[in-house]
Amino acid sequence: MSNWKKLLIEPLRKTNPVMVLVLGICSCLAVTAKLKPALVMGASVTVVTAFSNLIISLLRKGIPSRIRIIVQLVVVSTLVILVDQFLKAFAYDVSKQLSVYVGLIITNCIIMGRLEAYALSHGPGESFLDGLGNGLGYSLILIIVAFFRELFGSGTLLGYQVIPQSLYEAGYQNNGLMILPPMALIVIGIIIWINNSKTESK
Amino acid sequence: MSEKLKVKSEKFKGLSKWFETHQPKGKWSWLGSTYEAFHTFAFTPNRVTSKGSHIRDAVDLKRAMITVVIALIPAMLFGMWNIGYQHYISVPETLHSSLFTLHCFWFGFLRMLPMLAVSYIVGLGIEFTFAQIRHHEVNEGFLVTGFLIPMIVPVTTPLWQLALATAFAVIIGKEVFGGTGMNFLNPALVARAFLFFSYPTRMSGDQVWIAADLWGTDAIAGATPLAELAAGIHPSASALDMLIGTIPGSTCETSVIAILLGAILLLFTGIASWRIMLSVILGGGLMGLLFNHLSPLTSNLSPYFQLPFYYHYLMGGFMFGAVFMATDPVTAAQTNIGKWIYGFLIGAFAVMLRVLNSAYPEGMMLSILLMNCFAPLIDHCVIARNIKRRQKRARIQSKVTAQ
Repeated sequence: MSNWKKLLIEPLRKTNPVMVLVLGICSCLAVTAKLKPALVMGASVTVVTAFSNLIISLLRKGIPSRIRIIVQLVVVSTLVILVDQFLKAFAYDVSKQLSVYVGLIITNCIIMGRLEAYALSHGPGESFLDGLGNGLGYSLILIIVAFFRELFGSGTLLGYQVIPQSLYEAGYQNNGLMILPPMALIVIGIIIWINNSKTESK
Repeated sequence: MSEKLKVKSEKFKGLSKWFETHQPKGKWSWLGSTYEAFHTFAFTPNRVTSKGSHIRDAVDLKRAMITVVIALIPAMLFGMWNIGYQHYISVPETLHSSLFTLHCFWFGFLRMLPMLAVSYIVGLGIEFTFAQIRHHEVNEGFLVTGFLIPMIVPVTTPLWQLALATAFAVIIGKEVFGGTGMNFLNPALVARAFLFFSYPTRMSGDQVWIAADLWGTDAIAGATPLAELAAGIHPSASALDMLIGTIPGSTCETSVIAILLGAILLLFTGIASWRIMLSVILGGGLMGLLFNHLSPLTSNLSPYFQLPFYYHYLMGGFMFGAVFMATDPVTAAQTNIGKWIYGFLIGAFAVMLRVLNSAYPEGMMLSILLMNCFAPLIDHCVIARNIKRRQKRARIQSKVTAQ
C-alpha cells in the first residue's frame, strides 16, 4: 500500500481515534442523537483537523517548542471560528442544533493529539492526509452511532420516517433511551467490543 | 469439563446412564457447556477440584439461587391473584361474589405465564450462547433474574419490550462484565431501568397497571398510590389494603405480607443479609420522619411531607427492593459496616426521590442502582479504615513492648 493510502485508510479502522484511541468521546455522545448534525459535525472536525495539521506542519520549523501549544490553539481556534461562521451562514438550522459543540471542536483531543503526535514531525502533504484520515475515522464512528440512535430512537433517518406507520400501529414504540446520551456511550462500547473481538482473533 | 463425571445414583439410573453415554465429544464437543449445565442440574457432581484451596459449602450457587426463587413464590402467587382481582373489580359487568374464587388467580396466571416464558427463553438463550462461546460453565444466576424481571414490571408490558429489556440486562448489565458474579448492577433492575427510560409511557402513569383483557397490552385506568401522591393527592387505598397488596402496581410487588414471608425464609437460611434489609428500612423510615418534621417549615404543601413514614414501606416496590433487590450478594457491599451504610442510603435516597422528585414516582429502583455503583467504593473505604486502625494499634503495641 502506498504511503498516502495508508495515511488515509489506517485511521478508519486500525488506529481509529474513537474506537482504538478512545478520543473525542464527549462530542460523540452529544451530537449523535440525529444523523444530520452528526454528518455536519464529522465534516467540520475533518476540515479542522486536516487544515490545522497542514498549517502547523508548514510552521513546524519556526515554532519555538516552549510555546507550541499556544500556537496550535491559535491556529485551531481560527479554523473553528471559520467553520462556525460558515455553518451559521449556510446551514443555520444544523448550526443551532450543534450549538456549543462546534465551538468546542477546539477542545477535541483528536485535533491536538494529531498536531502533537504527527504534524510537528512530518511534512505538510503527509500531515494533511493524516488529519483528513483521522477526521474521517472520527466521522465514521459518529455516523454509525447516529444511524442507530436516530433509527431506533426516532424511527427516522436524516429526518425522513423509515420505520413504517403500520409497525407503530401494531404496537411498536420508539426507544426513548436511544435519545439519551448514556445509550450513545453503550453503542460506542458495543462498536469497540465488536472491533476488538475481530482484531484479536486475527 | 474434560474430566469424566462419575455420577452414580440408585434412583434415576436410566437418566444417569443416558448422561454417561451421551457426553459430547468429537464434532459435538462444543456443546460441553450445555451438557455440563443439564448434567449438574440433574445430579450433584462428585468431581473434586484439582488445584488450589477452595471453601466447600453445601449451599452452592444452585442451592442459594433456588432458595431465593422459593422465597419469591409467595409474592408471585399473590401477584397472580392480584392481577386477576384488579382486572375483575375494574370491569363493571363482573359479579363481585366471584372475586375470591380461583378466577382471579387463573386470569393472573395466564397473564404472567407468557412474561415468565419470554424472560427465561431470552435470558437463558443468551446465557447459554455466551457460556458456549467462552467455554464457561453455564451459571445459575439467571434463574433468579429471570424470575424477578416479570415481577417488577406493569402487567401490560408488551412481550417484545420485555424480551428487549431482558436481552439488554443480560448482555450489557452482566455478560460484558464477565457473567454471573462479575456484574456491578442488579440485572433485573437494569431490565426495569431500560424499560423505564426507553418506554416511559408503558412504565408509569395510570394506564398500564390493570390488564383490560386476557391478551394484549390494553389497560384499564387505575393509579398506584405512588402516582396519586406524585400528583399531589392522598392515596385512595387504605394502609391495610397496601399491606395486603390489593392495589394496582407492578405485577408481584404490591403485597408486603407475601414479601415478608419470603424475607423470613431468606433470613432463616442466611441467604440474604439482615443488615442490609434492616438498614434499608431504617434509612427509609428516618428519611420519612425527617420530611414529617420539615413539613411545617416549607411552603410546599404536598401531601407527601405529612405522610406517616410507614406508608413508604407499604407503597410501591420499597419492601420488594429491600428484601430481594438490595440484598443481591453480588452487587451489595461486602463488608459488615459497608452493608449498613449501603442499605441506609438506599432507603434514604428512595424516600427522598419519591418525595422531592415527582418526575420519578418510584425512587427504589434508581436508588438501588445508584448504591450498586457506590458499593465497591464503600467497601474500599471500610477496608482502608480497618487497615489504618490496625496499623495504629500495632504501633501502640510495639511502643508499649519497647518501653
